Amino acid sequence: MTTRQFGAPVQRREDPRLVTGNGRYLDDLGHTAYEAAFVRSPHAHARIVDIDVTEALDTPGLVGIWTHEDLEGPVGEHLPVLIPHPALIAPRTGRALAKDEVNHVGEAIVFVVAEDRYAAEDAAAKIRVDYEFLPAVVGVEKSRAATELVHDDVPGNVSAHLLQEVGDLDAAMAGAPHRLSLDLSIERSASIPMEGKGVYAKWDSDAEHLTLWSSTQTSTGVRAAVATRLGLPLAKVDCITPDVGGGFGSKIMHPWPEEVLVPWAAMILGHDVKWTEDRREHFISSTHERGQLQQVEVGFDDEGRVLALDVKFWHDNGAYTPYGIIVPIITATQLLGPYKPGTYRVEFWSLYTNTVLVTPYRGAGRPQGVFAMERTMDAIADHLGIDRAEVRSRNFILPEEMPYDHGLMFQDGRPLKYDSGDFPASLAKLKALVGWDDFAAYREEAEKHGRRVGLGIGCYVEGTGVGPYEGAHIVIETSGRVNVATGLTTQGQGHQTAFAQIVADELGVPLESVHVTTGDTRKMAYAVGTFASRAAVMSGNAVALAARNARAKALKIAADALEVSADDLEIEDGVISVTGAPDTRMDIGMTAVLSNPLRYAFDEAAKAATQFAGTFDPDKPPVADDEEPGLEGKDFYSPTQATFANGMHAAVVETDPVTAEIRILRYCVIHDCGTMINPMIVEGQVHGGVAQGVGGALYERMVYDESGQLLNASFMDFLMPYASEVPHVETDHLETPSPLNPLGIKGAGEAGTIPGSAVIASAIEDAEGFPITRMPISPVELWELRQRHERGEIPSLRRAHSTTTE
Amino acid sequence: MKPAPFVYHAPRTLDEALAALGEVGHDGKILAGGQSLIPMLSMRLATPAHLIDINGVAGLDTIEVADGYVRVGACVRHAQLERSEEAYAALPLLRQALRNVAHPAIRNRGTTVGSIAHADAAGEMPSVAVLTDAVMEVCGPAGSREIAAGDFFTGPLETTLGADELVTAVRFGRFPSNTSTGFVESARRSGDYAVAGVALALTSGDGAISAARASFVSVTDVPDVLDLTEVLSGATAEDVAARADGVIEAVRAHVTPESDIHASADYRRMLAAELTRRLIAEVISR
Amino acid sequence: MSELFPVSVSVNGVAHGASVPARRLLSDFLRHDLRLTGTHVGCEHGVCGACTVLLDGAPVRSCLMFAVQAAGHEITTVEGCGTIEAMGPVQQALTESHGLQCGFCTPGFITTITAYLRENPEPTAEEAREAISGNLCRCTGYQNIVKSVLRAAEIIRGTDAEAGDRQEAPA
Ligand SMILES: Cc1cc2nc3c(=O)[nH]c(=O)nc-3n(C[C@H](O)[C@H](O)[C@H](O)COP(=O)(O)OP(=O)(O)OC[C@H]3O[C@@H](n4cnc5c(N)ncnc54)[C@H](O)[C@@H]3O)c2cc1C
Ligand code: FES
Ligand code: FES
Repeated sequence: MTTRQFGAPVQRREDPRLVTGNGRYLDDLGHTAYEAAFVRSPHAHARIVDIDVTEALDTPGLVGIWTHEDLEGPVGEHLPVLIPHPALIAPRTGRALAKDEVNHVGEAIVFVVAEDRYAAEDAAAKIRVDYEFLPAVVGVEKSRAATELVHDDVPGNVSAHLLQEVGDLDAAMAGAPHRLSLDLSIERSASIPMEGKGVYAKWDSDAEHLTLWSSTQTSTGVRAAVATRLGLPLAKVDCITPDVGGGFGSKIMHPWPEEVLVPWAAMILGHDVKWTEDRREHFISSTHERGQLQQVEVGFDDEGRVLALDVKFWHDNGAYTPYGIIVPIITATQLLGPYKPGTYRVEFWSLYTNTVLVTPYRGAGRPQGVFAMERTMDAIADHLGIDRAEVRSRNFILPEEMPYDHGLMFQDGRPLKYDSGDFPASLAKLKALVGWDDFAAYREEAEKHGRRVGLGIGCYVEGTGVGPYEGAHIVIETSGRVNVATGLTTQGQGHQTAFAQIVADELGVPLESVHVTTGDTRKMAYAVGTFASRAAVMSGNAVALAARNARAKALKIAADALEVSADDLEIEDGVISVTGAPDTRMDIGMTAVLSNPLRYAFDEAAKAATQFAGTFDPDKPPVADDEEPGLEGKDFYSPTQATFANGMHAAVVETDPVTAEIRILRYCVIHDCGTMINPMIVEGQVHGGVAQGVGGALYERMVYDESGQLLNASFMDFLMPYASEVPHVETDHLETPSPLNPLGIKGAGEAGTIPGSAVIASAIEDAEGFPITRMPISPVELWELRQRHERGEIPSLRRAHSTTTE
Repeated sequence: MKPAPFVYHAPRTLDEALAALGEVGHDGKILAGGQSLIPMLSMRLATPAHLIDINGVAGLDTIEVADGYVRVGACVRHAQLERSEEAYAALPLLRQALRNVAHPAIRNRGTTVGSIAHADAAGEMPSVAVLTDAVMEVCGPAGSREIAAGDFFTGPLETTLGADELVTAVRFGRFPSNTSTGFVESARRSGDYAVAGVALALTSGDGAISAARASFVSVTDVPDVLDLTEVLSGATAEDVAARADGVIEAVRAHVTPESDIHASADYRRMLAAELTRRLIAEVISR
Repeated sequence: MSELFPVSVSVNGVAHGASVPARRLLSDFLRHDLRLTGTHVGCEHGVCGACTVLLDGAPVRSCLMFAVQAAGHEITTVEGCGTIEAMGPVQQALTESHGLQCGFCTPGFITTITAYLRENPEPTAEEAREAISGNLCRCTGYQNIVKSVLRAAEIIRGTDAEAGDRQEAPA
């Protein structure tokens, strides 16, 4: 028996390459390419008065300098709004190089190409730009006040406004026995992959063909965008994604100015050009996320059941909206999590600020939504004196209510309809894992030793695997080698392994013979990209479907050759044989030989094939009308809607009674992403997500000053956690298959991150005895909150226990 | 992030180094471990025309333990000093503090003397220098001189060292034999510069404290010593807790922290005081 | 053009020579002059550790050294820690324990762990965690890298037992 690969913790096939220094990331390519650097705005909001490049011109090694004036045609035009939406009333985008005005620190103004990056930076340093300062709008509050505008023609700084309502909220609120309101805030963070962005372009003037490599999450998107900008036929452009050192959302945005300019320069110069983003550039000129102010009003009954949930929030979208308003739409819809409020109204305003633009970062609006919902659940529990887990369970959508339609429109423009999930079971597992019911005793013991501890919880539901489609193309060679191509890209998710596992099972071939290519438009021209935890669901199912097609063809060929019925055949370990008569057999590679009537005897396989040529009908063409030569399978997977994964986290924290330092003692995760292709990889995704969740809760934030300077644009001051700051993560899984796709899988990529701030806030609040409403939180902030609490400016929780009321 | 061009000098002897320094003066910078300087060069926050790399200068990489001091040459890496058993036996505070300097890979390259010459008030070793009454051995075109730690630091990243002078070694003074030392700091992440930190030396006689001195990290603009003898004199492990208020008050009055993106001045003041209180309790009960 | 300095270094036991300007960072020299691109660059200011190489056996940040300063020294990069066909113990352990995802940080962890285990062949889980606390990884949440350190120690010691059951104890 061939062992089933699907569901097994198979070691990753990409690792031997990556651990020996044989990975090829963007900057590992193009050693002889010219290199680019940029003059970027040091000001958050200013008019460009003059650009003087004279002094830079004699820089040794300089190749070229371009400003907006030099960009003719589409290259210089505004970059596209990728995802328009009716609610996006005032979309604005930047240009490849700023014209007249800059709207955030880091916006590219001058493009410099030189023999190497050192020389390019030398020249950039000598270019003088004169500015006329404009008032900077920084932070949601200032933008909302709209006393100054980011874009003159966008009143109120509002790019988008959206209201969705389910049920008669006003009536339900008015009739609710209890009402609470919460003012919440969550700050900016960012994806911060270890590898920044990068583009490398090669122009072949003989073939008039452009090949570009980009450290992107969507090679098809970059290809199309660049072709359009440069006025090239799509057929003359290819985009290849090399190994990518993490993306987490930041690299799904496209085209970046550099993705347009680098190939443009390569064409003009007739020489390879490369740009490798450095860390400072990544902080100030790529993308951030998370910043929101939220107001929640909730009406509930004596049992803690939510009758009316009214949420307003203000979302900081940065200087431009090229990626539309996906992030706030997700917040608005995914906020509901596993719960079914009686009525729901959500209204948001997406606001411009003079800061780096905001596009999805792992979780993409969900961490904020979950924060709002889970803070609300804790507040209800505290108000009524009911256990926090109990209040949650009373509001759960039950398994028997699945599929559950919330009556809202999701990010993909389709109904927000949960396909499956067993929330009570998840909660029961979580309570068991963390020891929920024993915590009171643990706390009592800790308090005896002067220690302050708290327990927190957070639940979420995550729409994953959004469409429209993903495809796969499988080619089986005569050697039996199976080449699988899918168009979406890989940034560490182990696709070369997971997709190979699926194909190995579907085709009945050894895992080692399957070779997966991702993110190469030469191999697969139609693809969407890797984001929204969609890769496993979308491409996973697409490769399964394509493999099934290839299998059917192999069986048909074998059936003809062996003169049996295809139904009697099975494939195991790459060998096709008759069930019950294992000696009647043929290698799958042989069917590949037979699939191609052009049989020059290149190799032994082809020579041998002739003996199977069998009888042929001289009246029929060698390739039948409904056939194609070659053993291939191609298919696309396109679901009607997203599939919804869910999970619940709990954390135990300890806060220092004097210094307010915060330590996570335990972090527990229950995770349900449907059937798992490779549990080891899923677990790894959860671990990484949790670390980002913890980072976002306790360490990371973008600190802008009033003038729009990012004060911590380095790894020295942007506190990404080291191993010493990430707790040991305890996990347990539930596998509720998705009924929506052939493999029953749901996405797993973002889950670990989503409830991070909610859980930690819940735990700190529990330790401290007063509400935590702003995240992230640092020791100094907690310390200041304690002082305000002591002064009576912050109320105590009703359940406040002994230590905190002393 | 690439350094601007500079002229590179790689002297092999102290005389060559001094000659090069004398020649380039204010246009030059000494390159020791480079762990502070190279990031500044790469970010182009510093663009000296000349770099004088002292890593190849003979004779600067030794640690010498003598009766009254531990003498550390200009090219001794943090890691080398941290590992030296002789230095640890003579002055445990060195290892206690060095473990808090950055990460091991940075300590493998960065020099202790460079860290003191760099005079970052967030650095651990400047505060150790003042607590041990260290003496800087300095060479310049005009000859050599010695500067007491107390006279060395004048402000954040500022010292009384001339632009053409080189610290060839630092002599950290040893404490009387009945002295216990300790070092503690609180940083946001492991290896980060401290939000606040304390170095402490407690000297005791007849089971009670007879002298107590502390110096601080990240909470004073120049490292200096707080004499806690008056507050702690006569205290024992059993009754030192009763002096907590006095200690806290003394530290709070001494430190002059500033607010930055990681912590407010008030928080740092509290933290310095609390860390000192805890460190005293720990050191005295050892 | 600025003055070029001949640099001869031994990298992974092989003598290399190139002429470079004084300001050439060691990381760029290894990656672009010697084309040993296994050493990665994640920050160029010493914090992330992706560029960590062994200088005479001790881990250092190659982004915080000039190539000229490496002359006459012995450098080990990830390429010197094993090959696809013959992986070193740390590489093997990372592969077995799923200690990497995107792999960008991995070379810096491999050099760091290799040097660490030479001096500390039997670390506890807590010590293993501390040993890798000067390197950033954005993908793995470090759980499996800690595991990999323990597993590598086992492989080196030759005991080769199951690494999986040496989980870190929760606090
Ligand atoms: C990520 C990271 C984290 C760090 N964390 C810490 C930390 O927590 N605590 C801490 O203290 N340090 C920290 N450092 C800095 C590190 O300790 C440096 O090694 C040290 O501050 C400077 O020593 P150096 O030998 O590297 O000096 P260099 O960087 O070579 O020089 C620093 C300055 O001192 C001058 N200088 C050096 N040596 C001499 C000399 N002999 N005579 C005269 N002038 C001289 C130089 O000209 C330069 O201006 C960190 C560094 C990094 C990259
Ligand atoms: S690149 Fe050298 S430490 Fe980050
Ligand atoms: S594996 Fe991606 S950064 Fe560590």
